[in-house]
Amino acid sequence: MTGEPVRGRDEGALRVLVPRVLAGLVRRGEDFDAAEDALQEALLEALRVWPEHPPRDPRAWLTTVATRRLVDARRSEAARHHREEATYDEPRPAATEAGDDTLFLLFCCCHPDLTPASQVALALRAVGGLTTREIADAFYVPEATMAQRISRAKRALQRRRLDQPGDLAVVLRVLYLVYTAGHAGRVDLAGEAIRLARQLTLATEEPEARGLLALMLLNHARLPARLDPEGRIVPLDRQDRGLWDTREIAEGVRVLQSALAAARPGRYQVEAAIAALHDDAASAEETDWPQILAWYDDLVALTDDPVRQDPAAVLGRAVAVGHVLGAAAGLRETDRLRDVIGERHRWHAVRGHLHELGGDLPAAAAAYAAAARRATNVAERDHLVRQAAHVRGRRAM
Amino acid sequence: MPKYLLLKHYRGGPEPHRAVPPMDQWAPEDVEAHMGFLKHVSELLEENGEYVDAQALTPARTWVRYGGPDAAPVTTDGPLPETTDLVAGWYMIDVESHERAVELAAYVSSEPGPGGKPLYEWIDVREVMSGAPSDD
Repeated sequence: MTGEPVRGRDEGALRVLVPRVLAGLVRRGEDFDAAEDALQEALLEALRVWPEHPPRDPRAWLTTVATRRLVDARRSEAARHHREEATYDEPRPAATEAGDDTLFLLFCCCHPDLTPASQVALALRAVGGLTTREIADAFYVPEATMAQRISRAKRALQRRRLDQPGDLAVVLRVLYLVYTAGHAGRVDLAGEAIRLARQLTLATEEPEARGLLALMLLNHARLPARLDPEGRIVPLDRQDRGLWDTREIAEGVRVLQSALAAARPGRYQVEAAIAALHDDAASAEETDWPQILAWYDDLVALTDDPVRQDPAAVLGRAVAVGHVLGAAAGLRETDRLRDVIGERHRWHAVRGHLHELGGDLPAAAAAYAAAARRATNVAERDHLVRQAAHVRGRRAM
Repeated sequence: MPKYLLLKHYRGGPEPHRAVPPMDQWAPEDVEAHMGFLKHVSELLEENGEYVDAQALTPARTWVRYGGPDAAPVTTDGPLPETTDLVAGWYMIDVESHERAVELAAYVSSEPGPGGKPLYEWIDVREVMSGAPSDD
């Protein structure tokens, strides 16, 4: 894999530019892998030439130089095979809007033939403009592993028609995966996912795209309060709401309203509405649980068999039921999920919360401890051990 | 510089020097002190230039072996799953000597337990084989 030159120069501008040039080449019918190699070489040349001779139109410059590289590569390939030199048309200037090109590239990266991990890596690299090193850091794997994953993904796209890339639902799922990965890692993947989703909403009227953007904004707004200075998890009801980003909340609500106005609800819009209600409460006690429950009713109604198809929604609804109708009713809701996610830490954590809500502290402590044993994230595990110790401590007093 | 794994166990190893209940049954302030100490160990190792890696493992274990041609992998949770050794996690360190590894392991083992008194946990110290030529 080629390096990542010209990063320091004008990173913001290039990060927007590079995917557009790449998208233009791919849309013209160039091979994804070859186009990216050619573009990397063009960037190297830009690093050499631009300081002395800044281009008037950097995008056209990069497209022209990358195209020349592609022609060269094709010529040497042809020579190697002792074949006639392929005739090659000079590129036509891209007819489409730049935003559409980036979107097109995003859809290519989310090709249904790729695994989710490859879709995410390729989207971050080709569309997000992140370096292989940055992506590797974000997922805590060695750089060589991530480089291999990306080049395998690009090879998988070779000689595949890219006029029928993945559907919007896959793109949205990939962006949400990028976003949630950002909560754990060192690299700001969450910010990256929001940036990409914002571009997506400029290019499609689909309300679910705006629903996803709203959901990410409304959750991201609470990020500064989610960990204390020691790195410990602070649950929603104990967060310092003064730390929430009101500007992001306002934008999220605006985006959500414009999505809901289309009257075509989907899961991201509903989840965003629930997030908005949490964000809207000045204190945990003022949370509008009845309305949150109503949205959860809508969420579980989106699938035929929510217990099997969307257990996370049923579990979230159980919490709302607990707050509206009482802990016992909430616990009864979780019982329906025992066979499906009874071995997952979140199921036990929710039951711990509901037992605590109902004042059954021994049961709450046991459930938190059971959740801690099943947690797969150190911060969450430590948080659950603390919760268990805490409710046991309260019992002793 | 040799590398060592300092392995912590959920169970197994020599007879515990001090028997303690699971951490979720400790007083909350003892839990905080314990977790704070482990964080401090990682920071100390980084400051010393001795840190390589630290990871925690979940207690779920699956033993797997090849099932033979055209057969699914064979899995089990092992003989006597309640009593066999179970690794909980490790620090990997890069240090001057075996003595330094032992010294650091003993320091990890001094981590505060219930009542703020040391846990005296047994730490399994294992040297990582290296690509460098042997000294002797």
